[in-house]
Amino acid sequence: MSLSELPDLPSPLVTIHILGRLVQVPEGLTLMKAMEYAGFRLVHGVGCRGGFCGSCGILYRMADDYKLRPALACQTTVAEGMYLARMPFVPTNRAHHDLTQVNLATTTTLLASRYPELARCVACNTCTKACPQELQVMDYVQFALRDDWAEVTRESFDCIQCGLCALRCPADIAQFQVAQLARRAHALHNVAPSPQLAARVASIKAGEHRPELERLLDMDVDGLRALHAAREIEEAS
Amino acid sequence: MKLEQGYPESMLASIAEVERTRAERLETRFPKLEATEAEQLLQRYHPDYRPEGKRAIAVGPNRGDQAPHELVDLLEAQPRITPGDVDLSRIDHEIDLLILGGGGAGTVAALWAVAEGLEPNQILIATKLRHGDANSMMAQGGIQAAVAPGDSPAQHFLDAYGGGHFTNRRELVRALVEDAPGILRWHEKLGVLYDRDTAGEMLRKHGGGTSRMRMHSAKDYTGMELMRVLRDAARDLEIPVLEFASALELLTDEVGRVAGAVLVDLETSCYRVVRARATLLATGGFGRLHIQGYATTNHYGATADGLVLAYRAGARLRDMDAVQYHPTGAAYPEQLVGQLITEKVRSMGAQPINCHGVQFVYPLEPRDVEASAFIRECYERGNQVDTPTGFSGVWLDSPMVEAIHGPGTIERNLAAMARMFRRFDIDMTRQPILVFPTLHYQNGGIAIDPDGRTEVPGLFAAGEVSGGIHGKNRLMGNSLLDYNVFGRRAGRAAAQDILAGVAPGPAVTLEHAYRHAEACRQAGITGELRSPLLLPDYRGKEALSRRIDLL
Repeated sequence: MSLSELPDLPSPLVTIHILGRLVQVPEGLTLMKAMEYAGFRLVHGVGCRGGFCGSCGILYRMADDYKLRPALACQTTVAEGMYLARMPFVPTNRAHHDLTQVNLATTTTLLASRYPELARCVACNTCTKACPQELQVMDYVQFALRDDWAEVTRESFDCIQCGLCALRCPADIAQFQVAQLARRAHALHNVAPSPQLAARVASIKAGEHRPELERLLDMDVDGLRALHAAREIEEAS
Repeated sequence: MKLEQGYPESMLASIAEVERTRAERLETRFPKLEATEAEQLLQRYHPDYRPEGKRAIAVGPNRGDQAPHELVDLLEAQPRITPGDVDLSRIDHEIDLLILGGGGAGTVAALWAVAEGLEPNQILIATKLRHGDANSMMAQGGIQAAVAPGDSPAQHFLDAYGGGHFTNRRELVRALVEDAPGILRWHEKLGVLYDRDTAGEMLRKHGGGTSRMRMHSAKDYTGMELMRVLRDAARDLEIPVLEFASALELLTDEVGRVAGAVLVDLETSCYRVVRARATLLATGGFGRLHIQGYATTNHYGATADGLVLAYRAGARLRDMDAVQYHPTGAAYPEQLVGQLITEKVRSMGAQPINCHGVQFVYPLEPRDVEASAFIRECYERGNQVDTPTGFSGVWLDSPMVEAIHGPGTIERNLAAMARMFRRFDIDMTRQPILVFPTLHYQNGGIAIDPDGRTEVPGLFAAGEVSGGIHGKNRLMGNSLLDYNVFGRRAGRAAAQDILAGVAPGPAVTLEHAYRHAEACRQAGITGELRSPLLLPDYRGKEALSRRIDLL
């Protein structure tokens, strides 16, 4: 098994606490790699290791600082004096919803009716400060209260659903769940289907593409090789 | 180490060279390679063409075929379950359809199995980590579909088949390109938000090896947007998902038909026996095997488990000798090494540049050719940029994207990339980024037919674990498409079989696995290795050397 994750080079060490134990790890490691370096074999709180899946939310505190800081373990670098605590995930409520059963044209309380705790928001901005994607979470909660799906979509699009906002929210709102519902409602109600796409789907259903495609399917490899080499490349617009 | 806006002093002179030549490069176009030049480049520099990286498989349906050592080791390893470990007389779940893998393919299969008529509670998705925790979530660039008037399924076929070096199974490519527009239409109905122009048409981009602009994207979060909507749709239907539950072995009946699987909880190590009328493998690829020592873009769980399980049950694999190295993995900073820099950065105009500020290859060759050119530039021509931790790479001149399309383009279209580098004080709108090929995709996999059937009765496969769709090389934007097309086809076909009354016999056994283990011993294979691997092990050497087995 190759250990391509870590370079085998001497490096200055930093001293940190991982779940209560004092360890020294090379500087420059991510929090996730630091835990592995120290002997942890990760099963939960680890996923894509690239900042996309939201699995590795972690809490830490710096020495002599009262502030509890949330972060993604795979996207944050260790620093001298950190105290780390891992979490498996944030259990949140996802309201049951079947958008096909909702009249999206008339509803004005879709989000607040599914997530009434939205009304408990005290605008403390803790969610925004917790967001590792630096989204304006509190702003989209305000848009959610007004059932403005388009604005929630705009503000929440880059959400990786790590749950750190919900973990820190004093009103127990699961912001990322609300945003997921808002984005789908926005897509279904405010975004018109692509006319080109509908036309192409219909043409395939009618079999109009078949003669051209089947001509290629029946051709020998040399013929296809020649066609492939002679393709005209569409100019980028 | 002292850093200047994210970079050490040793790299600054080369950055200045890139900046110096930028204006002139904006005006020139580097020629695409002729087919014979591309072939020579592959032969000499692509890791797949190094014979020492592979060996012949000694046992099983692919006996004699070449595959990477790291995979062959697992195919020839002993099962984790030995006789007596598991009580097969106690069935914990008796269901219609067992789906192994909770990424894109598994989720799509579940949705379409319900659409075909299965009861949601007769389906079980078992996944090693969490639902949606998969390579599907990480795909950035987009999804191909021939939608525009100047494009056609035939043109898409030609691109995909040529990109795969004319080795793909044609019926599978046909299914891929014919179903593609319908898949995008289905996504629209589910509420997936693709990027659109002001007229409401989906935006289109080129990908490496495409002759038409048919990449559809959601910023550079395409995979994430798709996966989170698909997962949400599965939650709408209340399809049961078992998380942190990895498959240890398939089960077979008295005649070798697949009849479910033995799962294990990764934290408690407790097993569960699942008996199912049909079983669908959607376990993804093998990036975390770090083939030939390469860093990888892949998810933590991409350890080839599905290949191992299917192989023991008698499924044939194909094209396992072909590994995709994505040309642009991050080579700096150390924290990001191996992470994907989406091809979209090149689609939007960024050129690959060597340490002297000189462009050396057309930016959008097929991935294997592009990667080979990078390796040549670094390891034969000596035009690489070295990093302080011992990696090498070439520049990707990302500021060109803004020079061509205007300020703010990167933030709008490549938000994930910009954010990733900003976390380490690099501003890719003004500074180039350093890249080197990274292990990205398993081109081959379990042989399937256009309905996702493997050659073993009762066993279906979809997504990266399957093979034949992409031949020896997948094009950008065809993997998101692949898992949707074949997840749907496999989910529907499995449901149809189940509804028609097809089922395994009464026996539930592990005999196929024990037979395979015996065949390995007969072939003289010794050693302690057991498979499936389940998860990679990145624990530090020092920590491991002091480890005592306690509890």
